Order: sequence, then structure tokens, then C-alpha cells
Amino acid sequence: MAENKKRIIKTIKIDVDKCNGCRACEVICSAFHAAPKYSGNNPERSRIRVIRDPLRDIYVPVYAGEYTAAECMGRDKYTIDGKEYDECGFCRASCPSRGLFKEPDSGLPLKCDMCEDDPPQEKPLCVQWCLNDALTYEEREEEAEEEVKLDEMETGLESLASKYGLQKVRDAVARMSMKD
Amino acid sequence: MAVEIPERGLKMRYAETGFNLEIDLSRGNIERVATDPELTKLHLGGLGTNARILWDRVPPDADPFSPENLLIFGTGLLCGTPAPGANRTIVSTFSPQTQLMAFSMMGGFWAPELKYAGYDKVIIRGKSPDLIYLWIHNDKVEIRDASHLQGKGALETAELIRQELNEPKAQVAAIGLAGENRVYFASIEQGRSSASRQGLGAVMGDKGLKAIAVRGTKDVNIARPAEFMDLCNDVLKYIQFREKNPIPGVIPILAVLGSPQEMAIHDEAWHTQNFMWGNSRDRRKDFWNEEVEKKWTETMESMRTRLISCYNCPLKCGATISVPGRPTYMMKCFSKLTYTMAAYSDLDFGFRIAQRATEYGVDGYSTPQVMAFALELYEAGILTDQDMPGMPSDTEGRFYWLLDKIVRREGIGDVLANGTYWAARQIGKGAEAYAHNNIKKHEQLPLKLSMLNPVYFLMYATGEKINITQIEGQYPQGPFPTMEEREAFVKDWFQVPDDRFKQYFLDWEPRGERANPYYPTVEMSCEIVDWQERMHYIDDALGVCAGLSSFHMKPPYHMHNFPALISAGAGIEMDESGLTQAARRNRTLVRAINIRRGMRRADEKPPEDHWKKRFPELEAELLDAYYKFKGWDNQGIPTKGCLHELGLDYVSEDFLQRGILTNDKGAPANEKPA
Repeated sequence: MAENKKRIIKTIKIDVDKCNGCRACEVICSAFHAAPKYSGNNPERSRIRVIRDPLRDIYVPVYAGEYTAAECMGRDKYTIDGKEYDECGFCRASCPSRGLFKEPDSGLPLKCDMCEDDPPQEKPLCVQWCLNDALTYEEREEEAEEEVKLDEMETGLESLASKYGLQKVRDAVARMSMKD
Repeated sequence: MAVEIPERGLKMRYAETGFNLEIDLSRGNIERVATDPELTKLHLGGLGTNARILWDRVPPDADPFSPENLLIFGTGLLCGTPAPGANRTIVSTFSPQTQLMAFSMMGGFWAPELKYAGYDKVIIRGKSPDLIYLWIHNDKVEIRDASHLQGKGALETAELIRQELNEPKAQVAAIGLAGENRVYFASIEQGRSSASRQGLGAVMGDKGLKAIAVRGTKDVNIARPAEFMDLCNDVLKYIQFREKNPIPGVIPILAVLGSPQEMAIHDEAWHTQNFMWGNSRDRRKDFWNEEVEKKWTETMESMRTRLISCYNCPLKCGATISVPGRPTYMMKCFSKLTYTMAAYSDLDFGFRIAQRATEYGVDGYSTPQVMAFALELYEAGILTDQDMPGMPSDTEGRFYWLLDKIVRREGIGDVLANGTYWAARQIGKGAEAYAHNNIKKHEQLPLKLSMLNPVYFLMYATGEKINITQIEGQYPQGPFPTMEEREAFVKDWFQVPDDRFKQYFLDWEPRGERANPYYPTVEMSCEIVDWQERMHYIDDALGVCAGLSSFHMKPPYHMHNFPALISAGAGIEMDESGLTQAARRNRTLVRAINIRRGMRRADEKPPEDHWKKRFPELEAELLDAYYKFKGWDNQGIPTKGCLHELGLDYVSEDFLQRGILTNDKGAPANEKPA
């Protein structure tokens, strides 16, 4: 049985109304993650990007999330308070559909690590460098169910499901059961 | 045309990229050229290295509108590094209006993007037969057709280019119709920023260059990372401190950091009652009242969408302005009021006409004055209905009419497009008296004062940046009334390069013996001006915004942290005396360039009517003493000794050859007045 455990949820709160579009978050992120640390900077390597279009008053800081090998079947486009945002404008994925969140040299995906690498920072640096408080940081504790560990066979099944879809696996298992 | 050149075997460079783009528009040739690190040590970058290139490569008699004139887009040394507010592009060329070196600057996002593309400067020479634009994308550089952009607005052009390249992140600097038609006060616009003074846009238009679009995805390197970041963090901390601690006893725009916070404030009592209206003519001491404030506040609140910043800067000096029924544009600083006040109108008119003016790409300081000047001439009968066919009868309508004529160079607009100085001479019939607000043939802020201020006299007279806001800043504009206030002010004034400046300020009284014009004394005035100017020259070499630095009395960047920032950032060993020397070298080189173009003492004078109370003898004494202090002779020409000390022997050799200096001790040769 899974037992209850506490975990820390880290949230960067983004207030797009407060964003002044200066991109200091991109500067400090790419500098912090340079190797050696701070040895250079390049917004293209930043794990936060401000999607900005000043004349349409669009300012959306977006964090690099998961890498995805395939793009979504369709795309989304939000209109909020009469402002039409960019296609996939709020999505965090490093995705083949766009150039965002990829290392400019290797094309490898980038992902925000909340500045947890050595030494861990009190707050993510983008938050520290955002003096206009468009980015603020919050930590809270949450009850979390400990994950049930999968055994070897389940791991194998899961990868099959991920490759072929659960329904196909289910059908195959069903067919195999009928043969018995 | 595109070139791709790999880099190999070159030494690592810090803060700068070590490469310039050389583009010859006559031949359509593009080259990526490695730069000499020694020049960075001598001139730092930005304005300094721009000046060096202009000295070396543009013949002193070159017409600004000739293929041999260069148009240089230079980044500051610290642009693209994490140093907050280091984002300025220094555009340098020769001005059609002043005929002297022009070096207007712009903030925004363009300079860092160029660094990330791998270049410190774009150097344009020649002229393109057809209208073109440049597309710089890392190693790929293209000259592209811009015939479809002809006549398009500056912001409109930027949008169209981003769309056709499918590069929403490209940063675009563009000219509007005014630049295409070589209006002498045409600007180069770049989103929320512009390089407006001295007609840079006209030179860009003359070269057939509509825009430069840049996109870069490379690294900018830092020499000593940990040290550099500590310094940057200190700057940010001090910015926060200043936000919580405005300077008491000074006008609002000087109390807080940034370019004057015109977009944020509603209270315009100070500007509207102290600056002049019309063609820099009328002071309206009772203008501001509750009713005006209410109306203007409503205008601002209904049209201002957002306060915005330049690259990597927390200050919000600009704003997005959406005037109903017109395309959105961005505005900053005092252009909020220049059109309004020149036309004796209101903020609603100011915002409306500024939208059109921004798309046309014209200087927000000169343009309103040129139009007000034309209307004065019309009222005086010097210009007549024959000169102004079809001009509407109301002032606001006339401003729109004049603006359109000027940027198209149609009819009287073709004359006015040369600015008040040249237009007055072309018109004649006494028009010269109406072009009353110029220094070195260029329109100044509409400011007329009573008592001569010796420090300001020197700054106005000798400044080669043409704008007082580009020279003033570090030292208070006026004395504080009480000793308590002065003592409080100097208490945490650690930015001074030397403590004696604190004493100068403590002793400065509003009235009596220690008051303007005889106090600060001549010697003190020289030192104060030299310090203020030095800080601006440092900013302009490093690309740091004056709004975080030289324009302010207590800024986060100052003489004591700049050397460390340069050392840690660029890996160039630097201390305060070395930095002072580099700034002096750059300042002297700019002067040398202008001296070679004929500028002399006779050109160095503020407008006659700038102060009511003038003191000719004192003014002559001030100028003599300041020239001497700077190592210049009594014509303002740098002496052989001064040039030698700064490593500028090549300048004195040139001066000797041309007879600007003579061989015995480098004293002036027979000078013909400028």
C-alpha cells in the first residue's frame, strides 16, 4: 500500500500584467546555466523566454518544461480580454513544432530546473532578477502519495503501451488470453 | 548575397565579440572583420571605437551625403553582458545638419542582439542604388530588396520585415519616410527607442538603407564571471535602494532613476510651466491647474497600455501608446510634451501627432520646433499664403500639414526639412532671428532661463553631443536652499570621484556671493563639467544607459565601480585613472574629428536668449579656463602635448600637416574662423 508523504511544490507565479518586457530573466538564466557558471550569457540558452509582441501588448514569460518527441495533434490559440495570444503561446514544451527551448548548438532540449543545481539558490534567479515582480516564487508542502514501484513486467508493459497505445496492448493481451 | 565565414585561430574575447561587419552598399560587398584588441583597450568600444573609425577612414571634407561617409552602428563594450541597462546602440556618422560628427544613441534591444549574432559593429559605406535592408542572422548576412517597403512607417517596416522573414524575435532598426527623403532631423527608430538627434536617419536614407534586422543566438563571454556577477547584483541592489529612497528636494524626474519618467507621471506642472511653448518662446507660469491635470490624466490613462523597458533593465521609461483609431506605437521621455507645447495644444494632440511622427521617423525635439518656427514666420509675414498653399487655419491642423510637407520635402517642407538654421538662411527676409534656439546649427530643448549658470554655460557651449541631457547629470542643477538639506544630500553621495565636489555643493548658495554666476568658481566649474562629461563618455563607450548612470546624481554606475566592471567583464585591466584617461582620449578624439571639420571657438556658444542675464567677460574667462583645463588651446583645438599624453600623436601629425597646429609646441596656425 502507498503511504502518505509530504513533498514540496515549487511554483513560479507569473503576473503578465507586471511584465515590463526587459528579458532580465533570460539574461540571468542563461548566465547561471553557463559552464563555467556565469562565464557567458545567451538568451537562446535560457530556460525562460518572454514571448513578447509589444505592439499587441503580449508579454508572456514561459518556462521550459518537458521535452516532447512529437508535437500535439493540433494547436491552441487563446484570446484573453480581447488579446489574441500566439499559437501554443502558453505551452512549456520543447517541441518539434517550434524553436523554443533548444540549445542553439546541439538542438538538445532545455528544461527549467528551478536553479536547483549546485549551489542551490534560495529562489530561482529569474525571480531574483525580476525587480518588477512579474515573477514571484512560492513554496508549499503537499501531501503526496508515494509512487507505487512497478515490477519488471509492468515496466515492460508500460513501454509497450507508450509505443503502441494501451488499447492495442489490451487487445493483444485479450487475444492472447482467448488462445489459451 | 550571403557570406559565411568560420572563425578559427583567434584569441578569446570577453564582453565584445571581436568582429565587425563591414558592408559596402555600392558594391554589395559584405565582410566579417576581426578587430584589434588594442583598440578596445584604448577606446573601450561604442562611441570610442566608432570615433576612431571615423577619424581613420572618413576624409574630413566628406559630404555627409556621399558614399565615403560611414554610418556606424556600434554596440557598447558591456552590451549583451548581464550588466543591467547595458543595451545602447551608438550610431555615428557625419550630420547633414551640423556638418559635424553625429553620435546619437538608442536603447531598446538591438545592440545586445547584434552581440549575440557575433558582431560589435555594423559599418556601412557606399550607397545602394535601390532601397534595400540588411538581414543579419548569426553568420548569415544578406542585402535584401526593400522596394516594397518604400514610404512605409518605421514601426510598420519593422513588423513587415519580421513577418516576411518569419522571425518574430528579430530586432529591427528602421527609417520612415523622413529618412528616405533625407530630412535633416530624421531619426532611426527601433521599437520603443530611437537615435533621433543630428539626422542619422537622413544618412541612412541617403545610403538607400531602409532597415537593419538582426537575430543572434551566440554567447557573449565574461572574463571573470563570479566577480562580474557580484558587481551586477550590487547594481541591482542599489537600483532597489534608490526606488525606495528618492532624492528629496529635486524635481521628480531627477529624484528617481531612469530616463525622465514622463510615461509614469501625471503631474506636468514643472515641464509645462518652466519649459517654453511655441517656438521656444512663451513661458506659461499659470498653465497647470486641476482641470488640465484631470484632462491630461484621463488622456494618459486611456491611451497608455503598459510601461515598458529596454533590454535587461528594470526601469520602465517607455510606454505603449494606443490612440483610438491609430496604430499602436511606443513613446518615451519628453517627446510626450514637445508637440503639445510647440502647438499650444493638449496631451491628446501630442499623443496623436507623435504616432504619425514616429512612423515618419523624425526627432521629437527638433521637429515640433521647426513647425512652430514656420508658423512664427507665417504670422510675421515672412512666409505667406503662397508658401503655404492649402494650409489649414487651426494650429493643430497646421502642424499635421507641415509635418506631411516636411517628411515629403514638398514645397516649403523641402526648406523646413533642413532644420531651422538652414531653413532660415534659405528663406532670408529676417528669418534668421526666428531660428533662435540652436547650438552648432541644431535645435535645443525649449528652455529659457534667467541667471547664467557657469557650469551649464560650459556644457552648452562645448558639448558635442548637441543635447544638454547627454552632458548634464552628476552634479545638481541648482543649489539647495538650506545647509541642512545640502548636508543630508552629500551624506551618502559616494559617487563623487573626489570629496571636494561635496564641498563645492555645500558652499553653493541660491543668493549672495556664493551663487551663480560667480559660484561655482571658474576652476570649480571646469572640474564639475569635466566630471559630468566624463561619465557620459564612459557610458557611451560601454553602452550603459545614462538613466542608470551619468544622467543621475546618485546612480548605481559610477566612477568607482566602472573600472571593476570593465576588468571583470572584458578582461581589460582598468583602474580609475586608466578609465579617466580612456574617457579623455575618446572625448578628445571626438573633438579632434570636429576640429578637422572646421569647428572652432566661434561655434561654441549657447543661444543668445538662453539666459536673460549674461556675463560676456565671465563667459570668455570660463571658456578660456575650460579649454586650458582640457589641454586645448584658446580655439578649442587639442594641443600637441595633450594629444601626446593620450596616445593620439597621429592626430597632432595630421593637424600639423593641415596647418591646424604649427610645429612650435603645437600652437595654432593661422585660423580662419569657422
